[in-house]
Amino acid sequence: MQMTGAEIFVECLKREGVEVIFGYPGGAVLPIYDAIFQQSHFKHILVRHEQAALHAANGYARVSGKCGVSLVTSGPGATNAITGLADSNADSIPNVCFTGQVPLAMIGTDAFQEADIIGITRSATKHNFLVKDVKDLAMTIRQAFHIATTGRPGSVVVDIPKDLGFAKCEFVWPEEVNMRSYQPKTAGHSGQIKKAIKAMLAAKRPMLYSGGGIMNAQGSASLLKTLAHQLNAPVTNTLMGLGGIPYDDSHFVGMLGMHGTYEANMAVSHCDLLVSIGARFDDRVTGRLDAFAPDAKIIHIDVDPTSISKNVDVDLPIVGDVGIVLQQMLDELSHQGGVPDVEALKLWWQQIDEWRAKDSLGFEQSNEGPIKPQTVIRKVHDITNGDAIVTTDVGQHQMWAAQHYGFKKPHKFLTSGGLGTMGYGLPAAVGAAMAFPDEPIVVFTGDASIQMCIQELATAYQYRQKIVVVLLNNAYMGMVRQWQEMFHESRFSHSYFDSLPDFAKLAEAYGGVGITVDTLDELDKALEVAFGSQESFVFIDIAVAKEENVFPMVPAGAALNEMVLA
Amino acid sequence: MRHTITILVENEFGVLTRIAGLFSARGYNIETLNVAPTLDETVSRLTLVTYGDEKIIEQIKKQLNKLIPVIKVEDISYTVHLERGMLMVKAIDAGDLREKAEQAGANIIDHEAGNYFIAEFAGTPEALDGFLASVDDEYVIESTRTGPVGMRRGSKGFVV
Repeated sequence: MQMTGAEIFVECLKREGVEVIFGYPGGAVLPIYDAIFQQSHFKHILVRHEQAALHAANGYARVSGKCGVSLVTSGPGATNAITGLADSNADSIPNVCFTGQVPLAMIGTDAFQEADIIGITRSATKHNFLVKDVKDLAMTIRQAFHIATTGRPGSVVVDIPKDLGFAKCEFVWPEEVNMRSYQPKTAGHSGQIKKAIKAMLAAKRPMLYSGGGIMNAQGSASLLKTLAHQLNAPVTNTLMGLGGIPYDDSHFVGMLGMHGTYEANMAVSHCDLLVSIGARFDDRVTGRLDAFAPDAKIIHIDVDPTSISKNVDVDLPIVGDVGIVLQQMLDELSHQGGVPDVEALKLWWQQIDEWRAKDSLGFEQSNEGPIKPQTVIRKVHDITNGDAIVTTDVGQHQMWAAQHYGFKKPHKFLTSGGLGTMGYGLPAAVGAAMAFPDEPIVVFTGDASIQMCIQELATAYQYRQKIVVVLLNNAYMGMVRQWQEMFHESRFSHSYFDSLPDFAKLAEAYGGVGITVDTLDELDKALEVAFGSQESFVFIDIAVAKEENVFPMVPAGAALNEMVLA
Repeated sequence: MRHTITILVENEFGVLTRIAGLFSARGYNIETLNVAPTLDETVSRLTLVTYGDEKIIEQIKKQLNKLIPVIKVEDISYTVHLERGMLMVKAIDAGDLREKAEQAGANIIDHEAGNYFIAEFAGTPEALDGFLASVDDEYVIESTRTGPVGMRRGSKGFVV
């Protein structure tokens, strides 16, 4: 059947099972937008800035387990999307972005709204394509989804010149994608798995360390929990891995790394076996490399071979999908029939309980005093019963959310881990709301971060999303201020805002409900309003203790066991 | 340590940029890089010479493999292999310079007696260095050389 490129675009998305895309129209994508207008297979969510389209697609992908999809125009539309592409790629989130391009004959002429998007996005994506012939469009879209969603997921750009939208060809749906140059490994090497189980059973102080890989491998969280309990091993999560094991599970010791718990960091520093499961030894996790897990044999399960032995030398690498490898491990464990070293583990848990007793996340909230940001997070946990989808921006509030919210399940905590993108939280919530419109969705944000994508309140209002924005307002770029206080002798260079807007009024202006909170009483009332029945988003601007710092903290360049506790 | 890496890639536009971009983004060095299509026109073959310790070379190989259009990567440095490069030198045709070049194994592929000549020389990278060193600098007008191409000895082929 003869179809135009724009019709092929719609047909391919339909066949890929796409239900929602996020985008912003412009000259080069007008033919595609015209085809979108005439179809009803998927929804299009109109964002207010292309960066937000990518973050929204990212948020949607994380909670739904599907591929995020966005559509932007050429030139500035596409360059605006780059932060979102790099963000998704760093956090291994499947995200396909279609960018308009100037007509084929005009490429290279410095045409209006022309940018070399293939060149610019090369290092911000897992892969990118420029489609030069309408006959290649269907296969390219197929490949883009395949690459984005398999192996280590990531962002993929498909750059489509405007005239391809009008050009016609016979539509052929490629039933299969088979790329000889791209065949990611899924199952782990059985010999390596045997060795790993042996090492796990022999360990006296084992430690499991899981990351975002648990989120990407559907169903792997329950396998992780089973493995931890069978081995009686403590589990720590990275920022990306929170919810991989329930926060109240007896074997969970909290997040590790720069703002990890005392018990998690001490356990990593003293374990004799560290099993990394879908985590990549990021510098925020390891602290000073030569002092990281110094006594441990290290097993690393990862779908991406480049992550293995990149930062930390690994003794036993296992390349594969963590869901499949964990199942292989459980099978092997029951096959070998061994039991862990009960006596040694008893001592290990005694030691861990001693570290836990430090209560490193403890803080004091006085009845009169300023509201502590940690209090807010815990109150939101309580009122949502720990079941909310939580997104964050980047900085202190992000760390407090990670430390204090308490996640029961995977796919509930959406945060920009690798790239650390301020402005991620609100659009990510907009995306998540498209997958789960009736679930509570909370954006924890700061007065600096929220202003980076605040225009998305308009999107949230347009689609009547009941997002609750919880702004921990300390009038500072909190994390910058904290570092300046600790490492730059309190020279607060450009980290203070002299003119913040009245956020409640601003929220009202965007159509939502705006509430300003100064006291604990007001906080309780505001949360009741926010999580009651609302017709639109609710924005709570909470004045919190201005100079509260995030602790524990491993200063940059220090070892994990050199934490500053308060 | 010097490593010679051979790579098979899909012969499509932009592959070379992806490889060069990978090296610059991650701070690796490219000493030389040769690329041309193979008998199978859908495939290009590259020979890349780089320097680095074992850990860096391991990462380079993995990162190359991670590029979507890369089909195969092999570090031939540790295998019994052959490397050959090519050199062209344009020099002033004075004295017995041209005869000496021929005696050293070069082909004279162009010359204008008493004015200039162009010598072509092929061989191992070391032989190329040796030949260049043997030509007196002050007579050289220009020179250009390729990086080596390489393959393993033995009957086995590095193909798709």
